Amino acid sequence: MSTPVIQVTDVSKKFVIRKDKSLKERLVNARRSKANAEEFWALRDIELSVHPGHTLGLIGGNGSGKSTLLKIIGGILTPTTGYVERRGRLAALLELGAGFHGDLTGRENVYLNASILGLTRSQTDRYFDSIVDFSGIENFIDTQVKFYSSGMYVRLAFAVAIHVDPEILLVDEVLAVGDEPFQRKCLDRIKQFQQDGRTIILVTHSLEQVRQMCDRVVLLNSGRVVVDGSPGEAVRHFREANSEQEQVLQANRSHQLVISNPRVVGSGGAGAGQQVYPVGSSLSIEFDVTAERETADWAAGVALTDASGLLVYGTNTVVQNLSVPALRGTRTVRFRFDQLPVADGQYFVDLAVHPRMGPDYHRIDRAVSFQISNDANDAGVLALSPKIEIE
Amino acid sequence: MTLANSRAAESLSPQPEAPLQRINAPRSFFRGFGTTVNEIWEYRELLGNLVRKELKVKYKDSVLGFVWSLLMPLVQLGVYWLVIGKFLGAGAIPSYGVFIFCGLSVWTLYSEILSTSTTSVVFNSGLVKKVYFPRELFPLAATGAAVVNFGFQLVILLIADVLAGIGTGKWPQLQYLPLPILSLLVLVVFGAALGLLLSAANVYLRDVQHLITVVLMLWFWVTPIIYTASRVGKVAPSWAYQLYLMNPMTPVVFGFQRFFWPQGKGTQYEFTGDVYGRLGLLLVAGLAILWVSQRIFAKAQGNFAQEL
Repeated sequence: MSTPVIQVTDVSKKFVIRKDKSLKERLVNARRSKANAEEFWALRDIELSVHPGHTLGLIGGNGSGKSTLLKIIGGILTPTTGYVERRGRLAALLELGAGFHGDLTGRENVYLNASILGLTRSQTDRYFDSIVDFSGIENFIDTQVKFYSSGMYVRLAFAVAIHVDPEILLVDEVLAVGDEPFQRKCLDRIKQFQQDGRTIILVTHSLEQVRQMCDRVVLLNSGRVVVDGSPGEAVRHFREANSEQEQVLQANRSHQLVISNPRVVGSGGAGAGQQVYPVGSSLSIEFDVTAERETADWAAGVALTDASGLLVYGTNTVVQNLSVPALRGTRTVRFRFDQLPVADGQYFVDLAVHPRMGPDYHRIDRAVSFQISNDANDAGVLALSPKIEIE
Repeated sequence: MTLANSRAAESLSPQPEAPLQRINAPRSFFRGFGTTVNEIWEYRELLGNLVRKELKVKYKDSVLGFVWSLLMPLVQLGVYWLVIGKFLGAGAIPSYGVFIFCGLSVWTLYSEILSTSTTSVVFNSGLVKKVYFPRELFPLAATGAAVVNFGFQLVILLIADVLAGIGTGKWPQLQYLPLPILSLLVLVVFGAALGLLLSAANVYLRDVQHLITVVLMLWFWVTPIIYTASRVGKVAPSWAYQLYLMNPMTPVVFGFQRFFWPQGKGTQYEFTGDVYGRLGLLLVAGLAILWVSQRIFAKAQGNFAQEL
């Protein structure tokens, strides 16, 4: 096993928020200055080692400490306790174009920003054409960047950043920029970075991106590591934590319609807890809906997600153009799938009843789950059985 | 994805491994200076680029550009020459215009270093919060930009010297050339030292940037720029005069006047004391202050990113 490129040892970071900033306020409040200083721990006892060639994702809600951790690894903030060790050249894409000055032209900014990120002038000369080419704004390179559109600005900044040739790349939420072709270009570039064996630490809110790009994910909550493991596992934890919060919110609402007793019924396994079915089984998702008073405007929907939270399939009675009878008392709704063509894995069912327009009457995420098993080891979500011919 | 990563692991294994380096390792108060100087030396190219940026940005989009940084001291020169030299009758000082400009040019440099480095870290907060490089580069870049501006003023001073030389027949003597060089060195060391200190203080207390303009205004008048030090010697008690000479800018101005203002040589307006000794002492003191300032700056800079 190779030694880590980044070693985070026992790092905690305390922020003190002071509310008085001027000399006058400090003098006047000198005695109460403790009361005016509020402290909180942005990070608590973080232990982390990252090995070369890995792509680590940091996820967590707002204020969970992701960006603080990234900045400490980048050397921009110093930890209150503990320390960070690393080796190799590091480039931090914390904010694209941080070093750009609006009054300078694109060309001048490329040189300035490149030297801020650690390139020498001769290196920048060498990469210049390739930087401009990647950014795709040849025509505007001698225009002051304050006249750039935000997309152009970010394109140029990203183009500079990826030419720095780092061994460690820190990326904070900057990939969601530019138009789609450019985003794809950036992602391709990052994939190439991965293939070159560089280490990447990625902070993002896009769980889809995390699943696609990372081979390890750390979930932070209030400055502590909650999960450190596979992307699927961490994303699932994160989603569960979020849906718990949402359900608490919903519990306070007075429901006009209430879902109860969700279940999966099928030919195959009939265990009370985990249900296992072979690929291509016939399954029904059933649940009861109770109306407090007669309701004509309602619809029912289901969604299937896989273990990592990817939406596999979703539909409802409106989409299916089905007219539903007015509801009174308790009725059972059944979505029957004669042959469910999903591949091996665990699947979750989200249920909802809602009016044709407007917010849900009641919604339960991950109401039930079931498992599909398959002897063949094919990958993906869909169970297709292609005929393979070789001519 | 897994495919990409297994390939990554393969391509990486033959590389020799550099040792792990601790980031932002704490340094002892007495020893960190050398390390920082090394680090700044490594970043010298960036320092050059930052200086260039400061100069470019300052007069971008203005037609006259650099002329503006010359115009201000020239107008000041004109006003002082007219009001103090003619109206108030200080004109007895020979080549009064050259005399004023000697002091005025070094003063402009000094005040520009202090005022621009004070705000340098705060104005560059975007960079401080997002990218790592030695934070000392910000006040140093401000100092560098001021020195470049000073270069242009020096040209004007030389032109004035030539004109005055033709008029009076008195020319700068080469034997005094080391004096302005030593003066400049003292000025830059003091400026950089105070600049470091003030830029760090300004992060925590924005009052510093307002305070410094007031202090600089006072400081201007306790420096023999538009009047001679000998005049102070005549009216002030001797202890006050000695105190007056302790102002580090005073010997710096003397050094410049000795070389660039040969018309004053041998007159009652010239400072006859030991300028070399004073400048040498100041240089040693300045370097000591620079060292202390840098250490304080280093202590403070760990929290810059969160204070801004």
